[in-house]
Order: sequence, then structure tokens, then C-alpha cells
Amino acid sequence: MDYFLSEEQEMIVDVARQITDEMIIPQRAELDEKEEFPDAILQTIAQADLFGLYIPEEYGGFGGGCFDMVLALEQFGRGCVGIATAFAANALGAYPMLIAGSDELKQKYLPEIASGKKYAAFALTEANAGSDASGIQTTAELDGDHWVLNGTKQWITNAGEANIYTVIAITDRAKGPRGATMFVVEDTDEGFSYGAKEKKLGIRASSTRELIFKDCRIPKDRMIGRQGTGFITIMRTLDQSRPGIAALGLGLGQGALDEAVTYAKQRVQFDKPIISFQAVQHILADMAIQLEASRALVYATARNVDTHKTGVSKIASMCKVMATDMAMKVTTDAVQVLAGYGYMREYPVEKMMRDAKILQIYEGTNQIQRNVIGQELNKEYGKK
Amino acid sequence: MKIFVCVKQVPDAKDVRLDPKTNTLAREGVQSIMNPYDRHALEEAVRLKEQHGGTVTVISMGPPQAEATLREAISCGADEMALVSDRAFAGADTWATTYTLSMAIKKLGGADLIICGKQAIDGDTAQVGPGLAERMGMPYLTCVRKVVSVAGQVIRLERMMDDGYDLVEAELPMLFTVVKEINEPRIPSLKGKMKAKKQELVMLSAADIGADPDLLGLKGSPTQVVNVFPPEMRGERCLLEGTADEQVAQLATKLEAIL
Amino acid sequence: MLKIDLDTCIGCGVCEANCAFAAITMEDGQPVVNEKCTLCGSCVDNCEVDAMVIERETKVNQVDLVAWSGVWVFAEYRNGRITPVTMELLGAGRGLADTRGVKLAAVLFGSELGDTAKDLVAHGADTVYVADDPAFAHFTDDAYGNVLTDLIREHQPEIVLAGATAIGRSVIPRVATILGAGLTADCTDLAIRKEDGALLQTRPAFGGNIMATIVCPDTRPQMATVRPLVMTPRAADDTRQGEIITVTPLAMRMQSRVKVIESVIAESEQANITESEIVVAGGRGLDGEKGFQLVKDLADAMGGAVGASRAAVDSGWVGYPHQVGQTGKTVAPKLYVAAGISGAIQHVIGMQSAETIVAINKDPHAPIFDVATYGLVGDVFEILPKLTAKLNERKG
Repeated sequence: MDYFLSEEQEMIVDVARQITDEMIIPQRAELDEKEEFPDAILQTIAQADLFGLYIPEEYGGFGGGCFDMVLALEQFGRGCVGIATAFAANALGAYPMLIAGSDELKQKYLPEIASGKKYAAFALTEANAGSDASGIQTTAELDGDHWVLNGTKQWITNAGEANIYTVIAITDRAKGPRGATMFVVEDTDEGFSYGAKEKKLGIRASSTRELIFKDCRIPKDRMIGRQGTGFITIMRTLDQSRPGIAALGLGLGQGALDEAVTYAKQRVQFDKPIISFQAVQHILADMAIQLEASRALVYATARNVDTHKTGVSKIASMCKVMATDMAMKVTTDAVQVLAGYGYMREYPVEKMMRDAKILQIYEGTNQIQRNVIGQELNKEYGKK
Repeated sequence: MKIFVCVKQVPDAKDVRLDPKTNTLAREGVQSIMNPYDRHALEEAVRLKEQHGGTVTVISMGPPQAEATLREAISCGADEMALVSDRAFAGADTWATTYTLSMAIKKLGGADLIICGKQAIDGDTAQVGPGLAERMGMPYLTCVRKVVSVAGQVIRLERMMDDGYDLVEAELPMLFTVVKEINEPRIPSLKGKMKAKKQELVMLSAADIGADPDLLGLKGSPTQVVNVFPPEMRGERCLLEGTADEQVAQLATKLEAIL
Repeated sequence: MLKIDLDTCIGCGVCEANCAFAAITMEDGQPVVNEKCTLCGSCVDNCEVDAMVIERETKVNQVDLVAWSGVWVFAEYRNGRITPVTMELLGAGRGLADTRGVKLAAVLFGSELGDTAKDLVAHGADTVYVADDPAFAHFTDDAYGNVLTDLIREHQPEIVLAGATAIGRSVIPRVATILGAGLTADCTDLAIRKEDGALLQTRPAFGGNIMATIVCPDTRPQMATVRPLVMTPRAADDTRQGEIITVTPLAMRMQSRVKVIESVIAESEQANITESEIVVAGGRGLDGEKGFQLVKDLADAMGGAVGASRAAVDSGWVGYPHQVGQTGKTVAPKLYVAAGISGAIQHVIGMQSAETIVAINKDPHAPIFDVATYGLVGDVFEILPKLTAKLNERKG
């Protein structure tokens, strides 16, 4: 379907597609198998100017928006959600600074992220704080010119690989949701270390570890925005990033559909390619319908996020739910179409199915997304 | 350093087939691409520019459609591009091609260094590099696999031989052709693509380069293609039967005489 | 130029369909010729109403063809020995010279050549021009090219052949450019055209998917580089008599603008697959370095060399010196085993002269089976270890 992309957007798609076809697809199986961080691919993405796609030009980026990121992430996701996640986690780490950081903070960190010289990561989740952010136990206390962080963040994407971490910590527990603040922690900061690398079902090319803060002292000016604005910054960050996760679902769905149709045309049973059987055609048709419907919603949402900036939580959650549930369904169907071959690691669809599951979980489970949507509906109708 | 890279737009050779019945080229779905060896030549030129300064100009002799290949080269880091295009060039073999390219490069102010791919995948002649160097009055090296150093006007290179390699030294201006081992070509960048969109194309006709019409195209080509035909295949096709073990046993017996 | 008489043309489109280069398109029922035209004449031959004609104009570099006579072979001498392709060229050149009723000469450059010239006579040369000088110790395009050019100008041979080797394909284009001579690269067949005695040079193009025959109608010498292991050498006949002429080039003609600092014979790369009687090659089907080890194991068991398709080399499972095919080496062993190689023409062109070809592939429709003497349809991961074990067991 023609989504009337601008010339610039077409170029973004072209560049991302080439990286996906020439670098990501040939390497994805090996990186997944070895659980290896895709450093060379990320450097290629950086060299192609896509690392700073969403970062303003004044900070060395390309000056693009949410939709531009969606287009790039869709391509990368088509190749490998693990590699795409390692890339996307940089944006997630950078967004809090972009949204709420001081100009000094932006000048200091964003150009290095935009050029790919340094990697970024975002740290919210803890053992007792996932969907319920009020359970955060990591604290930051002011001590003279320094903040002192204590606590442990869990399942942090790019942990151990990134150089720059945006971390939320409680600065005043009494203030409840207004008592959390975001900080920038550098990999070289004293008192900062990592837990062991997690073993995961999917997205194995991405690194997932704990961040451990033990009296980690950081300069005062590493605070992002004003004290107590941490949760607001996080909510706004997620509004920006959720269409990106949805885009990974689109790409993954597209990749699975491509594999399924190609295979169905080649595989002969009962003297016919299996695509000539309605039972197979219907599966493929349903995959295509869900994929295209999701794409329409994700693109429309991303364009809205770029235009309106605020008040987009509902649609951001809607597109995340729809595209990632679609990806789970479509990749499962792709394995079914390839049947025995699909279950084997020789073909890429089993990996796609493994990778799809995380999309329904991270950056807010799809149940939490529905909460957001429900609450927004309640608010909307309350106004009337 | 003023670097020229010669690029050629070619049909993707792996897709080209000759229909044995009609003796025509099955060209359906055959895409035009930048000659793969030229991508490596371009990459090496851009790296040398990044390290030592200078400009990279890509030049191609070909039909107007070759503009797409030149723009692709810009997106991969070239600075300027020139297309040498004229009906008078039709039917040129490598002799006429090197004449045409040399006149065009001279017209554009000459070069300190010219880099070409080892050969083009449509013709596989590997003759344009050496021929062009001769016409430019430059020393040359073919099948370079590594640029060891550039110090002032002196360049050190490793050239592949059939039994190893030679470490060699030459002075600029010179020309070399590259093999694929020399580097990994980069993927076009977003900014490169935007530059490629806007970049002005220098178009040069036979008259623009001041070429002698007698030396161009078919007229200036000593060689002529008199026949094209599909390659012959040996047709034995004897498939052994049975399980893997049975096939292996049969084969081992059949090979006894040879081994 | 290709001229079309539009009054005669009936707009049937046969020319468009027959053009191998997509150079003719039908527009409003009329053929239009574009820049891709190579003037091959296929459309002229196929035009049923004779509406097309190629007007060939006289070339400025036309020479008096009769003044050029004799067949020459550039003898390649490297690292103290004559390259095998030289003898193959002498075999082919002998046939051409006999057909033309002219002499066959070899040109030999090198340092401390010893009795090499006699060897060339034994293999078929009537005359050998020898330049033995320290300046030729290393190959340089300048020294070799200058002196070869001078000799050709002086003696005016009608045909000059060289091996399509690293050296031949580097220096010969320079010589042809200086002489204004036509040059055909990497020929796989040479013949004399009966009507006019011209050299018919056949070579693969488009990665081996197409063969093209080329002539040089108006220029001399007719120059060609010839792919190694395609032509057949004659058995050495030490009683053959020939003239050995020592050439003493001017020092300035042996100067080189390029300095060879070091010539490295790569030991590890001396996988000399072209000289082995048995080659076991692996391709994409081996699926990785680990899989490729099975090919190496079988090669060990057979006492053969390891070859590879481009896919395997590009994937980094084995080095480029092992590559067989259009962009790699041509081999003609007694036995060639292709494991997990589909048999794309680019590969087949490099191994189809093997005496016996064994193909192992899981796809019974793989084109490799079309050239195989014995085909085994099955899983390479199962068959290779079994075959290796079986051979080791027979060896005892």
C-alpha cells in the first residue's frame, strides 16, 4: 500500500533496507546462536547516519521524528528484532535527555550517541517494579555536589554494552509519583557495575543484564530535568518509543509473511505448491490482513506523535498492542505454514516466533497498554 | 589528492542467460547494478580521501541510464561525478573505451590517482585499467589487494600474483585496479543519499572531450563480436540409487580405478 | 552504424526479439536503436525484409594485413620455472601456425633462464626470442611491456598469445593499447576462419553464461590471453630443432616506473588446486566452517586438494586461492568432487574439463548433476563422513 512517504522518508527506508538485507539478515542466525552483541552492525547503522535519526541537527543528529524512526525500525525488525532492539534501546536511553534534559546535558551526550561513538540504555525496571513503577527501590540522595545512587535495575537492554545510562531513582519517597528523578550514569562511574548476562528465549543478539549501584556517586548536573519529574519524563519517553516497538512488530510480521509466502510457493505436496491449497492461502491472507491493518495504525500514530507531541498516550499504546499481538500471531502462523521445516533452526521463522514474544512484554506489557487505553477512555468520556 | 574512480553500470551477470533456442538474451528481471569490483575501487578511494584529503570523482562511460550508478557512488562517499555519453561511443571495445575515458579525465583536469575495479562482470576483460593507464601515461598495477602506505607522492601496494603477492612501490600519478579482498564497501549513508539527489551531473559528449571521431565506438574498436551462443554442457547425469550407504559403496567401487 | 530502412521495415519486431544486448526497442511500430548496440549484426541476419544494414567505416588504425605473419606465444617465466600455461599456448599456437602455414615463435623474458628456451622448442616453437637480464627478475608491466612491444613492431607477427594469468592479463592490455591492436581476454577456444585466415577467439562473458566469438578484422597483431588448463600441450620432443635468438634490449626500455620491493610466495595459499589430480570442493550446502571441514577430511582421505565455490569463499569458510570458477581458478583434474555445490554456470565453467565429476547434493534437480559423471542425491553431512570412512577403510 502507498503511504505517501516523502522523498526523505523513502531514503531512510532505502538505507535501512540495504543494511537489513546485506548485514542483518546474513548475520542474524549466528548472532542469535552465539548470543553476541551486534557491534559491527550498529556501527554500520551509525555510519549510514541512522543512529542519530531522531536527534536534532544541533546535537549532531538527522533531525527526524517518531515516524522516521518507525520506518527505520520496521526494516531492521524485518531482519532481526534482537539486533533492532540493541539499536532501538539507544533511542530509549536518549529520549529522556531529549525530552527533559538541560542544553548542557544534551550537548554533552547526544552528539556521541548520534554518531554511534557511544551507546545508550534506559533503566526503569527493577525486581519489584515492572508494570508497577511505584515499586522502585533504587534511591538517589544528594550529598554536597553529588548524587549518590543505591539499588539494582533488572533486565536492562544494552547493559554492559552501553556507555550512557538514563536511570530513574527515588529522590523523595514521601512525594509518591512526584518523588522520582532521572539521572545520567556513565559506565565509568565508580560504584556502578553489571550483573550476569541473562539467558533469553529470543532477541538473543541484544544484551540484557542488571545494573548495580553501590554508593555510586555522580555529579549533581547529571540530573535530567527538575527533581521529581522522573515519572513524567518516563511517560513522555514511552509515548515516543511505543510506536517504535510497534514498528519492530510490523517488520517482524513482514519478515514472517515473506518467508511463509516464499516457502508456500516452493513447497510441493500432492504434486502442487502448497500455496495452491485454500487452507494455506487463508492463513497467508489473514497474516497479510493483520499486518497491513497494523501498519496503517502504526504509521498514523507515528505521524500524530510527530504533530501533537502530547496527548498521544492512548494511540501510542493502541498501536503497540495491535502490532505486537499481530507479530506474535503472524510469526506463529509462519511456523505453521513451514510446518516441520519451520520448527527447525535451519529456517528463520522459529527465531521470529521466539523474538515476537518479547514485543508483547517489554516497554509495558500489552495488558498495561490496555490499562492506559482504558484510563484514557475513562478520562475522555468523563469530559463529555 | 585528486582521485578518479571508473565505474560501469552492468547487468547483474548471475541473472543473464542466453535462450538456447532463440539465441537471445533472457533479460527479463535482470537488474542494472554498479559493477561489484568498482564498489571496492570506490570504497578504497573514499578511504584514501578520508585519510589523506582530496576529492573523489566517479566517471562512467555509458548510456544516460548510467547516471543512477554514478548517483549511487555519490551516496557512498564520492564528491563529484561525470558521465561520458554519446551515440558515437556505441560498439566501443576496451581500446576505444580507454581512449574515451582518458580524453574525458584529461578534460576534467587530470588525476593524481585513478582506481578501477579489476574487471567488469559483464565482459570480464580486465583490460580497461591497464589500457587507460597507458593512455594517461601513468604507471599501473592490477589486482591490488592492499594499500600499504601513501607518503607524499609515493604509494606502496600489494599486488596479487598467481602464486602469492608482490609488494610494490610507485609514484603518483598512477593507476591501480582492485580485487574484492581489498576492503568491505560501505552501505550508502542517509546524508550521502541526500547529496546524491542534489549533486550536479557533468555530462560529456564526444565533442566535449575533443575526441577524434575515428577513434570512438565501433570505428575505434579493433575487436568485433561475430557470434554469441550459450555454453555447452557435458550431459552425463548419472544418479546413483539407494540409501546413503549404498550410494557411498557404489561410488567407492567406481572410484577405485582413479584413486 | 546500424542503419534501418524504415520504408522497407514491416515493424515485425524480430530484431528486437533477437538482440542479445537489448539495444533495439519497438516504438510506434518502428525499431529504435539505443546506446547498447554493439553492432554484432544479429538483427541484420534475422531481418526477413533486409531492412537493416551495418555500415562499417574504414578505421584509422588499419594496417597492411599481409605484412604481418607468424604466431607468437608470450612465455611466462616466474620463480625459476616456465608456467604450465606456456606449454599449453605452444600446443594451441602450433595448431594455428600450421593451419596458417606460418612459423610459431615464443618470446621469453627472465633472469638466469638457463636452458628454458630449448624446452620451448621441444614443446613446439620454431623460434625463441630470449631476453635474459636481471631487469626481468621481477615482473613489471613497464619492462615486459616495452620490450614485447618493440619485438612485435620489429617482427610483425599476425597473432600474439599469452596466458590469462596475473601477469598476462596485466601486461598484455598495455601492449595492445600501445600497438592499437585488438585484444580478447581469457579465451577458451581459438580457431582460424577459413575465408580470410582471421583468428576466431571465443571466450565466456556475463560470468560464463554466454560465449562470444570475437575477431580483429582490420588490425594486427591479433592478440589474445588464453585461460590456463584449457588448451592441450604437446608432448616434449627433445629432437625438435629451433632457432634461439638472443635479444638485448636497450637499458632504458627495461626501466620500470614501478618498483617491486618484495615478491612473496604465499606458502599457505599454495593450495595449488590447478595442479592437483584430485580436487574435492565444497559449496554453500556445507553451511559453515564446521561443515566445510568435512570437505577437507575427504580431500585428505583422497590425497587431493581442497576447492570451493564462490559462495563458500565469500562466506569465509576457506580462502580465495581455493575458489574454482569464473572468478576463481580453472581446474581440470582427473577427479573432481563437488559437495553441496548447486552447479551455477559460474562454477561449472571452472571445473567441467575434469575427467570424472562426482556431485553430492540434496536437490536432485541441482544443475551440478547435469555435468556429473556420478551423482549422489542426499545429505552432504551424512554422505561425506561415510565416504571418507569408506575410503580410509579401503586404504586399510
